[in-house]
Amino acid sequence: MTREDAAYVARLARIDLTADELDLYAGQLAAVLDHAAQVAAVDTSGVAPTAHPIPLSNVLRPDEPRGSLDRGEVLAQAPAVEDGRFRVPRIMGEAP
Amino acid sequence: MSLSGVSATALSLATDVRSGTIKATEVIDAHLAAIAALDGELNAFVHVLDGAAREAAVAVDRRVEAGEDPGPLAGVPVAVKDNLCLRGAPTTCGSRILEGWSPPYSATVLERLVDAGAILVGKTNMDEFAMGSSTETSVYGPTRNPHDLSRVPGGSSGGSAAAVAAGLAPLALGSDTGGSIRQPAAFCGVVGVKPTYGTVSRFGLVAFASSLDQIGPFARNVADAALLFDVIAGHDPLDSTSLDRPLVQVGPCLADGVAGMRVGVLAELVDGVDADVAARVHEAAEALAAAGAIVEELSVPEVRYGLPAYYLIAPAEASSNLSRYDGVRYGLRVEASDVAAMNSATRAAGFGPEVKRRIMLGTYALSAGYYEAYYGQAMKVRTVIVDAFAAAYRGVDVLLGATTPTTAFPIGAKTGDPLSMYLSDVCTIPTNLAGHAAMSVPFGTGAGGLPVGVQVLAPALGELQMFRVASVLEAAAPPTPAPSPPPQGSGGGVR
Repeated sequence: MTREDAAYVARLARIDLTADELDLYAGQLAAVLDHAAQVAAVDTSGVAPTAHPIPLSNVLRPDEPRGSLDRGEVLAQAPAVEDGRFRVPRIMGEAP
Repeated sequence: MSLSGVSATALSLATDVRSGTIKATEVIDAHLAAIAALDGELNAFVHVLDGAAREAAVAVDRRVEAGEDPGPLAGVPVAVKDNLCLRGAPTTCGSRILEGWSPPYSATVLERLVDAGAILVGKTNMDEFAMGSSTETSVYGPTRNPHDLSRVPGGSSGGSAAAVAAGLAPLALGSDTGGSIRQPAAFCGVVGVKPTYGTVSRFGLVAFASSLDQIGPFARNVADAALLFDVIAGHDPLDSTSLDRPLVQVGPCLADGVAGMRVGVLAELVDGVDADVAARVHEAAEALAAAGAIVEELSVPEVRYGLPAYYLIAPAEASSNLSRYDGVRYGLRVEASDVAAMNSATRAAGFGPEVKRRIMLGTYALSAGYYEAYYGQAMKVRTVIVDAFAAAYRGVDVLLGATTPTTAFPIGAKTGDPLSMYLSDVCTIPTNLAGHAAMSVPFGTGAGGLPVGVQVLAPALGELQMFRVASVLEAAAPPTPAPSPPPQGSGGGVR
């Protein structure tokens, strides 16, 4: 992993990194990826991937109304709230 | 009750509280006193629930006085890892990004504990978001090993392991994604269980890698671990990965022995570990043979690919799970001019270095151009490992190996080299990839008198034979020394 790769990945993951952090992590992650690349040595032709150890599918429940979290209790944990909703900084380039 | 009371087992405490011989309030006061005396040195707890614990104990005593049975864990203090949500109490996962957060709901396992009469005594320290093998990545500083304060307790559930080892609680809960219960149990000389995936509800466990995470018990003996497992196991409709099938209670079967049981000593979990650790595994195998088990050595070469596959799969799942910490709904927010900048500044300030590394690793493994070679191939290798275990379990009932390649290492020894830290999970990771059960049982000591753990592995839903083997090993094990009391602690002779 190059420093440029690290910067690209940090941007995808939405983490601001300093120049020093980029240098440090690029080197450390390259060493881990070198080790992880051992998986390439396994012949997996015709092998299906396992995403989950215990295959369960279509776990259903009756579609009945029931209680949910209290809105006030949830919003009390938010960094910023307005009119009963989460408040965030502007999303678009200009204020509405 | 003096400080020596904290050496009592969970089974004896529950029996005595249920019969009215001792009061739950006495039990909790003794443990809170031990925490007050010793945890300044150990740093096993990030939050002690003194007030709530005392109130809960009073309620248990009232029920006993009224002739009711508070349940199988009546009055037993239980320490819980700080990634388990407890409504109204701080839940931080050892991270700055969740500092000050109190969940609006409780984990199913914690509700089961309370329903069984247990007293939640505190939240324990952990590697940040359970990412680590030493409990050094917590924003609250490292937990120390009660057997040697200069060494790590293991991780990521190091606070829970240290609390149980030092007699601050007879029982604790941890979570195990790649060994985070078994490895600290081995380092601290206690029993640690990673149950079959799906047997214990993950509802309310803060997610790290959802296809690998499983909650399990810590205890100072096998019977106490079985007691806790039997309380927390069972189907939960709130966890869609929870197994909806009847489970056998393991507690009543502990004395059934291992006569005729087929045990495979797994070469990949013995070769290459330190000589003192390997010697204990061989002695454990001899003890099982002496108890009537049919012991053979066998090799499953595919498990060697467990570590590289894990360090692609777990970070990939983590990078997705941890995207929720974005400064919008809970936890830390660092203000910035627009949402994207706020997200990036919040995550930069809120996550520590190990969490940043794992998120980046996972994001890379999932990114366009690398997905097939890394994450896709790792998922196929996971299938290869699952199939290899299945073949091995056609010939044996359980597998035996080391829990860790070494005994507890010094604080700071591996923090500068992530890969060397990751390698300390090499013996525990394959079980998580397969979704199987495994547990670590203390079995004597290694160099420097530090505890060694022997690992018993079983196929999915093989808890019964696993606990029976563990019980025989415990009876045959050389004694594990009592933790040395902290030099400045006022409560020497904790046990």
